[in-house]
Amino acid sequence: MSLIRLEKRPAPSRLLSGLTPILAVIATMFAGGIMFAALGFSPFEAIRIIFWDPLFDPQFGPYSRPQLLVKAGPLILIATGLALGFRAGIWNIGAEGQYIMGAIVGAGAGLAFYPSESFLIFPFMVLAGAFGGWAWAMIPAILKTRFGTNEILVSLMLVYVAENILASVSSGLLRNPDGMGFPGSRNLRRDFPAASNTEIFADTGMHWGVVAAFIAVILAYVLMSRHKMGFSIRLAGEAPRAARFAGVSPARLIIFCLGTAGALAGLAGLFEVSGPAGQISIDFNTGYGFTAIIVAFLGRLHPVGILLAGLLMALTYIGGELAQLMLGMPAAAIQLFQGMLLFFLLAMDVFANYRVRIGTPEIAK
Amino acid sequence: MDSINPILLIASLMVASTPILLAALGEMVVEKAGVLNLGVEGMMITGAVVGFAIGVNTGSSWAGFAIAAIAGAGLSMIFAIITQMLLSNQVATGLGLTLFGLGLSSLIGKPYVGMKAPGFAKLDIPVLSDIPVLGPILFRHDPMVYLSLAAILGVWYLLTYTRAGLVLRAVGENHNAAHALGYKVVRVRFMAIAFGGAMAGLGGAYVSLVRVPQWVEGMTAGAGWIALAIVVFASWRPWRILLGAYLFGGITVLQLNLQAAGSTVPVEYLSMSPYLVTILVLVIISVRGNHGAPGSLGRVFHASH
Repeated sequence: MSLIRLEKRPAPSRLLSGLTPILAVIATMFAGGIMFAALGFSPFEAIRIIFWDPLFDPQFGPYSRPQLLVKAGPLILIATGLALGFRAGIWNIGAEGQYIMGAIVGAGAGLAFYPSESFLIFPFMVLAGAFGGWAWAMIPAILKTRFGTNEILVSLMLVYVAENILASVSSGLLRNPDGMGFPGSRNLRRDFPAASNTEIFADTGMHWGVVAAFIAVILAYVLMSRHKMGFSIRLAGEAPRAARFAGVSPARLIIFCLGTAGALAGLAGLFEVSGPAGQISIDFNTGYGFTAIIVAFLGRLHPVGILLAGLLMALTYIGGELAQLMLGMPAAAIQLFQGMLLFFLLAMDVFANYRVRIGTPEIAK
Repeated sequence: MDSINPILLIASLMVASTPILLAALGEMVVEKAGVLNLGVEGMMITGAVVGFAIGVNTGSSWAGFAIAAIAGAGLSMIFAIITQMLLSNQVATGLGLTLFGLGLSSLIGKPYVGMKAPGFAKLDIPVLSDIPVLGPILFRHDPMVYLSLAAILGVWYLLTYTRAGLVLRAVGENHNAAHALGYKVVRVRFMAIAFGGAMAGLGGAYVSLVRVPQWVEGMTAGAGWIALAIVVFASWRPWRILLGAYLFGGITVLQLNLQAAGSTVPVEYLSMSPYLVTILVLVIISVRGNHGAPGSLGRVFHASH
């Protein structure tokens, strides 16, 4: 018997569950500092530029602060949906594809009415965007419920399919007719006011996608803590057998969780394409769908946690851009940093779920 | 469309299939031990960049392959420690490994963009390679193609006829029973995970050293995920891995040839075809029922005594 043992806790420690994300962030700063030093940067300067300067530097702060909400909005929106499924043991890892399809369908719905100025266009686009993401997520959902096909692989494969559709429409169906043959759609933000997702308050970064993210967090919180569906989701994740005995239909859960996640990812895509990105283009997607997976875990799959985790992850994006500008740090370093964060978080979960015992176990039990 | 030569098509199919074959075979062993590692894509791309970097710096593709295998195995140890010793969720950790590997590879690969691979000589087996039709198809490849076939044979033999293979399968089928019999579940799984990482690393290096051959960010483009799908397609059997990998290699080569031949089907639709076919095959397999999935696949093993 080894000297150090793990003993399963009857229930995960709530204190440690809340504490581990913070510990993981600290551990990542240490490990990241070592990585930055290995790349030839001063670790303290790098950490300061990533975590402090975007918010508080008198020169960069005014530009960076609004970006915090711009980047956090889609991450929170997508992660909130993903977390529902993750809690039930349903692994939708293709949010990136749902995000792309939401953007394409939503932007397409708006562009069909160009150059109308009707105020109905934007709400119609929002619905279309949610529908695009939902429909894309329904593919793995239906294949899973009908045939038992693995949703992890199908949803992921559909990301590559969506990327190819994006490439196709940006140089074909949705290409700007006045764009002199260049790929990319009309710029919704610049050339089509009725279809643009504008900032609600100037210079805050607060656009309709951020509002949607806050609403999604509140609704998800209510769902998980007050609604029967939330109870079913938690039950299915923690005790699948008990859930079946309690009459929870796995098929309904799969359709609901994947559908909601898809719709939210689609919304995120629509708000991005009609706002910060401005147009459908071949490289319009930037990996929010994948980073949102880290956000969901960092937020403990809890809506409020995801809100905070989304803001933190947005900060690393902005800080990473600033470090690129100031230090010439490669963008990939930040991606690595985000990956490390997930590792530390998953590793530290052990303390929330198990007690560490030192010494040999007692014989009688 | 006349420009597609069936002999060259089949010959290049074997080259196109080799990376997926290597990675899928490695992952099959991991899954046979009861572990689901979704980090194949991350380990492959890391193998691709490390293999290429070493290949360029030493001028030897063999050195590139060797170090790529070590790099893949090394990366897989992160996954092994977190899932096996710290008992984390395998799906989440594997995904993390993929995201981490993608970041790591683009960081390492920056200085190597646009460089040329050192080249990897084909065997050109005397006499045999001169046989009409069969010669160019089967006997004019580089050594890794044959090594990958030998690896299938080796894994098949190991799993079916040796004690080590039996222990590995027992651990994957029912880890509690295996533990009760005195087998070291965690140790066996560590070794399986390392093997899977090394094979994914080799597969990735084959992409950057032979198949393409240069370093492009994100160049594995989902091959690691297709490898995962092939394991399911193969119902966890080595020879079916070969079938699956060559099927997908065939589709990839065919669509690339159609693109080059100026097919009327738009490029984007041809490019998405391997992924669509993967989905289709997964559906067909699941309709027939998922036979052969190891009993403890993806479950956390915690020895309470």
